[in-house]
Amino acid sequence: MAEQVTTRRPYVREVPKTHWFLRQPRYLRYMAREVTCVFIGAYAVFMLVAIARLAEGREAYDEFLRELASPAGIAFQLVILVFALYHTISWFNVTPKAMPVQLGESFVPGWIIVAAHYAGWIAVSIIILALAGAF
Amino acid sequence: MSERVVELEVLRYNPETDEAPHFQRYSVPCREEWVVLDALNHVKEALDPTLSYRWSCHMAVCGSCGMMINGEPKLACKSFLRDYRGVIRVEPLAHFPIERDLVTVIDDFVAKLARVKPYLIPKEVKPLEAGEYRQTPAELQRYKQFTLCINCMLCYAACPEYGLIPKFIGPAAISLAHRYNQDSRDGGRGERQEEIASAEGVWECSFTGACSEVCPEHVDPAAALQQVKIKSTIDWYLEHTMPWLNK
Repeated sequence: MAEQVTTRRPYVREVPKTHWFLRQPRYLRYMAREVTCVFIGAYAVFMLVAIARLAEGREAYDEFLRELASPAGIAFQLVILVFALYHTISWFNVTPKAMPVQLGESFVPGWIIVAAHYAGWIAVSIIILALAGAF
Repeated sequence: MSERVVELEVLRYNPETDEAPHFQRYSVPCREEWVVLDALNHVKEALDPTLSYRWSCHMAVCGSCGMMINGEPKLACKSFLRDYRGVIRVEPLAHFPIERDLVTVIDDFVAKLARVKPYLIPKEVKPLEAGEYRQTPAELQRYKQFTLCINCMLCYAACPEYGLIPKFIGPAAISLAHRYNQDSRDGGRGERQEEIASAEGVWECSFTGACSEVCPEHVDPAAALQQVKIKSTIDWYLEHTMPWLNK
């Protein structure tokens, strides 16, 4: 019997390691969501700086508030706000996937789970504003 | 019935003669109701019998004809030609090695599927005369969506993580593991967790969500994976804060 010769030679297509996310709009949307966490992190650092200035005394803190009211300070906060909103909204919108709620034989519609997150967000914001003496 | 000519650009690869794949163009006279698979069948029957591709049912049930159509993972039997303008580019499923033309090597997926034990491991083994394992409609509903997977592997072709890190067990296999873990009759979760709660399992997923966007059966693998992450995290905390529970 003749020896069988295998002709298999699978061809592997390389995935670009650095710019793979440019191949698909949905990959780009994903990267946009992920990159916004840098701005959330930046704001956390900013809060630490604010606390440090507060610890230094009233004068240092007033100076810090004046810096914040400058055009550069306002621009910084606006940029952070835009990215923080994008981060929050894009994550809230996918919560029904991670946390489905089953009642009997049916699942609670996804929009209710998303709405519950927004309601929680508003409630926590009101509590913080109340603690800060805004009302 | 109206007829128009569609230009197909098909990625060809012959392991016996080609160093690398190349595109070949075919002009296919097609009918209004044709799908891409019909056009490929026409090429094979009338223009070029050497073209290789997988297909079987022609009704989005068998999961064989998954391929990249204009860069998007699709079932060729579910992609109507009338929905495309200009040249239609057909390539084998991304992230899998090419065996020949549009046929990919799927051994990796099949091995991963076996690893997650996608079958019922009864909680308690009953003798035949004790009757069937019963379940309420609500218990069925809990996992029903994840039973719809047809193993077409479109989710693997869409998943950027799988493309970059091939050891990732991937969307379909983990979704099927989750399907059995969610089944009230099943007692095999511990065995499956060994595979899916590992670094190669759900923790390789960064929730791009592409798997769910391309799934032709609306299984929503991204949902299954996030649910496995949450349950695995709860396991970890219970194990480390209440070790007596594990006895």
